[in-house]
Amino acid sequence: MDIFFDYFWAFVLGGGLCVIAQILIDKTKLTPAKILVGYVCIGVVLTSVGAYEPLVKLAGCGATVPLSGFGYAIANGVKTAVEEKGLLGALTGGIGATAGGITASICFGLLASFVFSSKPKR
Amino acid sequence: MNEKEYSKYVEGRAKKSPILKNCAFAFLIGGTICTLGQGFFHLYTFLGMDELDARTLVSVTLIFITTLLTGFGVFDNIARFAGAGTLVPITGFANAVASEAIDSKSEGFIPGVGAKIFTIAGPVILYGTFFGAIYGVIYYFITLIWG
Repeated sequence: MDIFFDYFWAFVLGGGLCVIAQILIDKTKLTPAKILVGYVCIGVVLTSVGAYEPLVKLAGCGATVPLSGFGYAIANGVKTAVEEKGLLGALTGGIGATAGGITASICFGLLASFVFSSKPKR
Repeated sequence: MNEKEYSKYVEGRAKKSPILKNCAFAFLIGGTICTLGQGFFHLYTFLGMDELDARTLVSVTLIFITTLLTGFGVFDNIARFAGAGTLVPITGFANAVASEAIDSKSEGFIPGVGAKIFTIAGPVILYGTFFGAIYGVIYYFITLIWG
């Protein structure tokens, strides 16, 4: 049953975060790029005040897969690095914690540009 | 018709975006992507990874799938009706990177792919890292004072 609720909350929170962005797209003039940047920054801020961790505990990937989870990883990485290395951790923790995702997307992206060509927009 | 009248005319004629339908699709597809991520997360922790590594690998998995779907031109078809449902999860980030890379190939690999790959990723990484660094400095001094 526990596992059912893991998936249930992942679906509900993940979907809910998307709905908020959809409303912003439809009702305001915010571009997708601005929404992505906003989600990351809000993720960092909410995590730093301790408000995001409970969402991750509840919904798992429903909180970590949306881009606000990218901000969560940055803030958490910074916190751990500061605890280990002091002030230097403020500079190394953020990108360090998200290195996997960043490196994967730009390297896969580059490989994709070798293999694929752009398709005419329909 | 001057410019002001024209923009008013266009606004009046612009199709009212069916917000309820858009939100339903965003919810269903965004929720499905996160649930899929949760499935991978269970698989990776089941195989013995710790939670932090498993989360990173979930992102990498979704990024890999997105890059492939973007390359084959399938992702755009899903994104067209998913809207924010594919934008907000890490898939939106990966799609932005991959599609910029593929589309700017004709401009060369240094000024084209190399620079354009960061069109969306750059701002996201920049502002996320910036606020993270500020948090780190504040957190450092808070722990220094209250120990």
